[in-house]
Amino acid sequence: MTAYIGTPASRIDGRAKVTGEARYAADFNEQNLVYGAVVASTIPKGRIKHIDVSQALRVAGVLKVLTHQDRPQMAADDDAYKDDVAPEEGSPYRPLYDDKILFNGQPLALVLADDWETARFAATLVQVDYDAAPYVTDLQAQLSTAYVVPKPEKPRGDAAKAYAAAQVRHEAEYFIPTEYHNPMELFASTVHVDGAGKLTVYDKTQGVQNVQGYLSKIFAGSVQEFRVISPFVGGAFGAGLRPQYQVVLTVLGALALDRSVRLVLTRQQMYALGYRPATIERLALGANADGTLAAINHEAIAVTSQFEEFSRNDTGWSGLLYKSPNTKFVHKLVRLDVPTSSDMRAPGAATGVYALESAMDELAVALDIDPLELRLRCYSDRDQNENLPYTSKALHECYRQGADAFGWSQRNPKPRSMRDGADLVGWGMATGVWEALQMPVAARIVLTANGHAEVSCAASDIGTGTYTIVAQVAADKLGLPIENISVKLADSTLPQAPVEGGSWMAASASHAVASVADDIRDELLKLAKAVSGSPLAGAAGADVTLAGGRLVSRKDAGRAMSISDLMRHGGLDRMTKEKLNTFAQDHSHARNTHSAIYAEVKVDEQLGVIRVTRVVSAVAAGRILNPKTAGSQVMGSVVGGIGMALHEEAVYDHAFGRIMNANVAEYHMPVNADVHDIKVIFVDEPDDQVNPLGIKGVGEIGIVGVAAAIANAVYHATGKRVRDLPITLDKLKA
Amino acid sequence: MINFQYSRATDVADAVQQIAASTSAKFIAGGTNLIDLMKDDVERPTRLIDISRLPLKQVQQTADGGLHIGALVPNSDLAYHPLIEQHYPLVSSAIRAGASQQLRNMASTGGNLLQRTRCAYFYDTATPCNKREPGSGCSALTGAQRMHAILGASEACIAVHPSDLCVTLVALDAKVHVAGPAGARVIPFQDFHRLPGNTPHLDTNLHPHEIITAIELPAQGFAKNYSYLKIRDRLSYAFALVSVAAALELEGGKIKQARLALGGVAHKPWRVHAAEAALQGQVPDGTAFARAADLVLKDAKGYPHNMFKIDLARRATIRTLTQAAKGTPQPPSNKKIM
Ligand SMILES: Cc1cc2nc3c(=O)[nH]c(=O)nc-3n(C[C@H](O)[C@H](O)[C@H](O)COP(=O)(O)OP(=O)(O)OC[C@H]3O[C@@H](n4cnc5c(N)ncnc54)[C@H](O)[C@@H]3O)c2cc1C
Ligand code: SF4
Repeated sequence: MTAYIGTPASRIDGRAKVTGEARYAADFNEQNLVYGAVVASTIPKGRIKHIDVSQALRVAGVLKVLTHQDRPQMAADDDAYKDDVAPEEGSPYRPLYDDKILFNGQPLALVLADDWETARFAATLVQVDYDAAPYVTDLQAQLSTAYVVPKPEKPRGDAAKAYAAAQVRHEAEYFIPTEYHNPMELFASTVHVDGAGKLTVYDKTQGVQNVQGYLSKIFAGSVQEFRVISPFVGGAFGAGLRPQYQVVLTVLGALALDRSVRLVLTRQQMYALGYRPATIERLALGANADGTLAAINHEAIAVTSQFEEFSRNDTGWSGLLYKSPNTKFVHKLVRLDVPTSSDMRAPGAATGVYALESAMDELAVALDIDPLELRLRCYSDRDQNENLPYTSKALHECYRQGADAFGWSQRNPKPRSMRDGADLVGWGMATGVWEALQMPVAARIVLTANGHAEVSCAASDIGTGTYTIVAQVAADKLGLPIENISVKLADSTLPQAPVEGGSWMAASASHAVASVADDIRDELLKLAKAVSGSPLAGAAGADVTLAGGRLVSRKDAGRAMSISDLMRHGGLDRMTKEKLNTFAQDHSHARNTHSAIYAEVKVDEQLGVIRVTRVVSAVAAGRILNPKTAGSQVMGSVVGGIGMALHEEAVYDHAFGRIMNANVAEYHMPVNADVHDIKVIFVDEPDDQVNPLGIKGVGEIGIVGVAAAIANAVYHATGKRVRDLPITLDKLKA
Repeated sequence: MINFQYSRATDVADAVQQIAASTSAKFIAGGTNLIDLMKDDVERPTRLIDISRLPLKQVQQTADGGLHIGALVPNSDLAYHPLIEQHYPLVSSAIRAGASQQLRNMASTGGNLLQRTRCAYFYDTATPCNKREPGSGCSALTGAQRMHAILGASEACIAVHPSDLCVTLVALDAKVHVAGPAGARVIPFQDFHRLPGNTPHLDTNLHPHEIITAIELPAQGFAKNYSYLKIRDRLSYAFALVSVAAALELEGGKIKQARLALGGVAHKPWRVHAAEAALQGQVPDGTAFARAADLVLKDAKGYPHNMFKIDLARRATIRTLTQAAKGTPQPPSNKKIM
């Protein structure tokens, strides 16, 4: 029965969100709450020589000022600070731990006061005496220090030789600047002191159990039990995968005062958290005259901190996507005196595929082949890195349906050839690719005799629609109306779930719910069999299904018993089942999502003002659980891609090692005026191999390739190739 | 943010009296700029005198056919006021090109004139800035200066005045009515804002204890041939890289009178009388407009990050004059450039 799966069900939490009933980390109130304010470093590197808090302490209403010298105890070993998704290499940053300053904006003190305004005022009175040290924050200036990090993708053939011998060659360097997630909701934590060494932490996070485990290790000596709750998250895009420093500071405050504490970071302070690392991408593509690839060379150089080694897969996509007998990949890092870079929507792919798909466009120009045709000639039915078939790959259909919806066949290939009044019109396209990941997730169902069910799981809903799809799957599997399903998420005491990231949660949570629902069905069947003269006697689990509030024989719908009758017979008013779902480890196939993006830009010829007037994104991501929430994910991703292409950049002044546009007025993201017609197409991609329900996930695929499609459209409109993002109007003139 | 006291002014005289009585008090109107600056510790007033309830919210016609606009008329009310839309569409168009609807609802006419520069260093107390801390140096000279001045700057400061509204007010020969301890006076708009020279901490010629009470517009509104064109890094909700206000009075196929002012290029809204004079008596065509644009940018000087603004300003000037001459002004809500 799929009355709900695959339908555009509205968000079950929509009403709570628009009425303000939904509570976020900073909304959990308690009487006598203490408010914190952070004093942040204004230098990128050095030591705290002296920190004077006396003036701050004199302010009426200030309760305490925590510093590295005066704070509750924290673990001394590195391992305690490694969260579930911390980079393997390195030594995680420890908030307020010692006198070392590792990056600008690092918290140096926490002022605790009776109200937020007092705390913030007193924070300005804390005097920090620095011992400043020489620092580096400029990637371009530090290229000589770049070092290679190993990546799984293997070279094929001899790419250097094949490139040199290729009939047509394209080589270029692409650049993506540091970008910030800038979720709407500020990072915040509220810690309630429950007594007896128990703390309840309301946190903005993508993984409550990750935060729970992390805090438990850091405060093993002082806290008996942490419970971490995060029912709603106002966007995160990867920023909330790792526990952020404000949660540690809030716990420190609560422990120091033995009172409940709230800390909300300012927007400026959020620029000292993770970010998409500035990355240089060097592509050298060699082609045969027929438009097949002879060589792919892809080198990426990205930023990480001095203390941790964060890197993602930038170059592997070039190895995976297209047929080429010769490939070579290099991934390098440059260590700078900045916070550790982090996952941001489609980490690695958003950057690496931007470069690859721009380079493919340039190669198409060099070959004088239509860019779509070039992709088709290089198309591969197998994962080229691992030489494996895909569980499914409907990229061909993405190309075709996207091109039809966009009208690609009407494109005049010549740059500057299409016009609309004073505007030059450009059409560009690109391919997107991401992984179809799945993780072990547990779920619990409590079914009550009146035909209601509560489904719970520690997974987060970061705005993606997890609440809704969980309800859809449960409603279908339990054969109940969706109104009878309530969903509880993001409480660390609920059944196990990893962080919500990597686009794995839709598949993982759905299977967890489906699997525990089967246990409910089996238990109901047991009850049915215990009834004398049962119409379902002799049936096995697979022979029955739950539908319309009844347990029904699949063969004969006349044989059925209602849930309420069964529970009554069994003397139960509720039935609880919990189960951890794991996926079969099958390495025989590659699992990926794909997309084709077509973009139209209009560029004022005299002034260089760029408008992205149309985007068509055709996505193949297996079974779409809910075209409405999934469509919103892709649409939002396209907007993110517009930002990447045209707006986003953290502007550093290396003379200070500071970001000069650390606010959302000056760090530009698209506003409504920048967003025009976005059409999302989900291409049919049945897949019974990726997992039983055929789900691949869509959170990230939507942004991959979008910046390239827009950059390619800008080239087509203007004849000017801009390779360093964002494409601002001055770069068109240069 | 520092602790401050708060009081309300009961009338203009009381406002003046209150501010004169305190050493570091500030008026607060919409608060859309002042509060941000206070949060960042750039402005540190010990007292806020709330003038937002003063009866300065009227838009009235003056005896000589002009308009008297109270200093507390919200930007959005002004933009959509029938008299403004009808007689001074240039003003309406510029306001609507600025900020967001929510900000414009809060922002006052007087506050718009007194908004401070958006130079990033001015906002960041961890960096030197002559405007914030006289004598500390100008970080923008060798730093992030993409948004900065190409005209009228000094070695002490290369910041720009960020207002859109003011560009049209200077073009239209507006006047600023102020009141202070020494009585009321009227300042021609042209003389209201200052160039940085070696006193970049002073944005305007308003005296410390004066309050703006009104803006006065003369009768001529150039409602037929005008345009306000704002070029920015995204299509809305961004400060101008360059903006141009052009207003023409055409007669017998020739330009009888021209007004031309630029925003985002200097420490004050930049009006260019020489270019206006050069347009007078000319046929409104590309040649005349190019000559005017050349005159505007004759003394322009760029810095490494904002060099592009010189050519951009030139092109934008020509385009805006063309729009004005054709009677096809840039509509504020359509981002396609006409
Ligand atoms: C994100 C953002 C984007 C923006 N974008 C734009 C834009 O694109 N274009 C644009 O033009 N503007 C823009 N603005 C600026 C906005 O227009 C100004 O902040 C607003 O006009 C200021 O008016 P206010 O009443 O809020 O002033 P306030 O913040 O209350 O005051 C500003 C200053 O003026 C003084 N003051 C106010 N009224 C008087 C008076 N009557 N007499 C004497 N002193 C007075 C105050 O003491 C203070 O020093 C933007 C602002 C923000 C926050
Ligand atoms: S340009 Fe002016 S405001 Fe900016 S840093 Fe220099 S002195 Fe300060």
